[in-house]
Amino acid sequence: MRESTIMKIHYGTALAAVALVAVHILMRLTQGFAESLEYESVLANYKFIPYAAMLELILILLAVHGFNGLRVILLELKQGRSYEKAVSYGCLAAMIALIAYGSRTIIMTNMGMV
Amino acid sequence: MAQVSGIADEQTSTPLSSSNTILLRISRFNPEHDDSSQFMEFTVPYERWTTVLEAILDVKKHFDHSVAVRYSCRQATCGSCGMMINGKPRLACFTKISELNSNVVTVEPMNNFPIIRDLAVKFERLFDTHQKIKPYLIRDDSELVSDEREFLQSPEEVEQYIQFANCIKCGLCNSACPTMATDSSFVGPQALAQAYRYVADSRDKGKDSRLKIIDDSHGIWRCHFAGSCSQVCPKGVDPAMGIQLLRGYLLGFRS
Repeated sequence: MRESTIMKIHYGTALAAVALVAVHILMRLTQGFAESLEYESVLANYKFIPYAAMLELILILLAVHGFNGLRVILLELKQGRSYEKAVSYGCLAAMIALIAYGSRTIIMTNMGMV
Repeated sequence: MAQVSGIADEQTSTPLSSSNTILLRISRFNPEHDDSSQFMEFTVPYERWTTVLEAILDVKKHFDHSVAVRYSCRQATCGSCGMMINGKPRLACFTKISELNSNVVTVEPMNNFPIIRDLAVKFERLFDTHQKIKPYLIRDDSELVSDEREFLQSPEEVEQYIQFANCIKCGLCNSACPTMATDSSFVGPQALAQAYRYVADSRDKGKDSRLKIIDDSHGIWRCHFAGSCSQVCPKGVDPAMGIQLLRGYLLGFRS
């Protein structure tokens, strides 16, 4: 993928994440902080599909943005063909793993496995 | 650290009548013999108009002729005498001692360049990256037909790129760039500014090929917009702005 395409995704995910995290914080403000983190309350959030979809989207946006940022930092730190390949594929794998793990939590809750 | 304060006898020397003196600290390093650089100190007379380059040449003439320094035009045109002067990348021929407001002037080789000896550095990386971005007009027509004259441009079209055409390839921008210090594959502000110079030229047809070259994992996107390149340019070129304008092409804001 061209670097300009990657950077467009990088900037886009940052802007979208700011908007969605703002909505997420506003939703949390409807309850008290301690109440918001209660077990039943968290499960209820995951079972409310529109909100769970938004959390999933935030997870994807932040994982893509964060791991690309890490890739850029690591590429500037050291150079070399094999090192750069390892960094790029390593960050991609870590990004997929994090999204998969986060999605698993939401899916398991909705399937009644929690 | 060695200090030399006396002036060697020389029949043909120019008169050194000034009562003002500064302590000139010159970084000495020969990669073939030395493990690290060390400073040699010289007490040098100066006038209001004396440049740092003249002071260094004074040292070469009267104290130590082995000081290695690259220079040529002495008028900020050739871009040869770039060095760190009191910690900032500057042209030695374009920096007057009196404007430094210091009794001590420290000169070192430019950062982010391999040292040949003392103040002289290798320019290979700068010239390679400059060459890489195709610093010439690219046209579809290989030859002019008989009824054509020169390629005319309006003042507005010239205005788009003319400040970037003032680059003298002195390397001060690359020396000041923080990304150049860590990323050995980074294209650098000099080459990126020159890429913009040709991309913005209405006579040029090589925009796409140049944008492809700089759209790389060590290309234009690694600029952090520190702006130090623009701050140190002795010719008033603004590479940081050129880089942002180039990003506009890649992000689709400019065509």
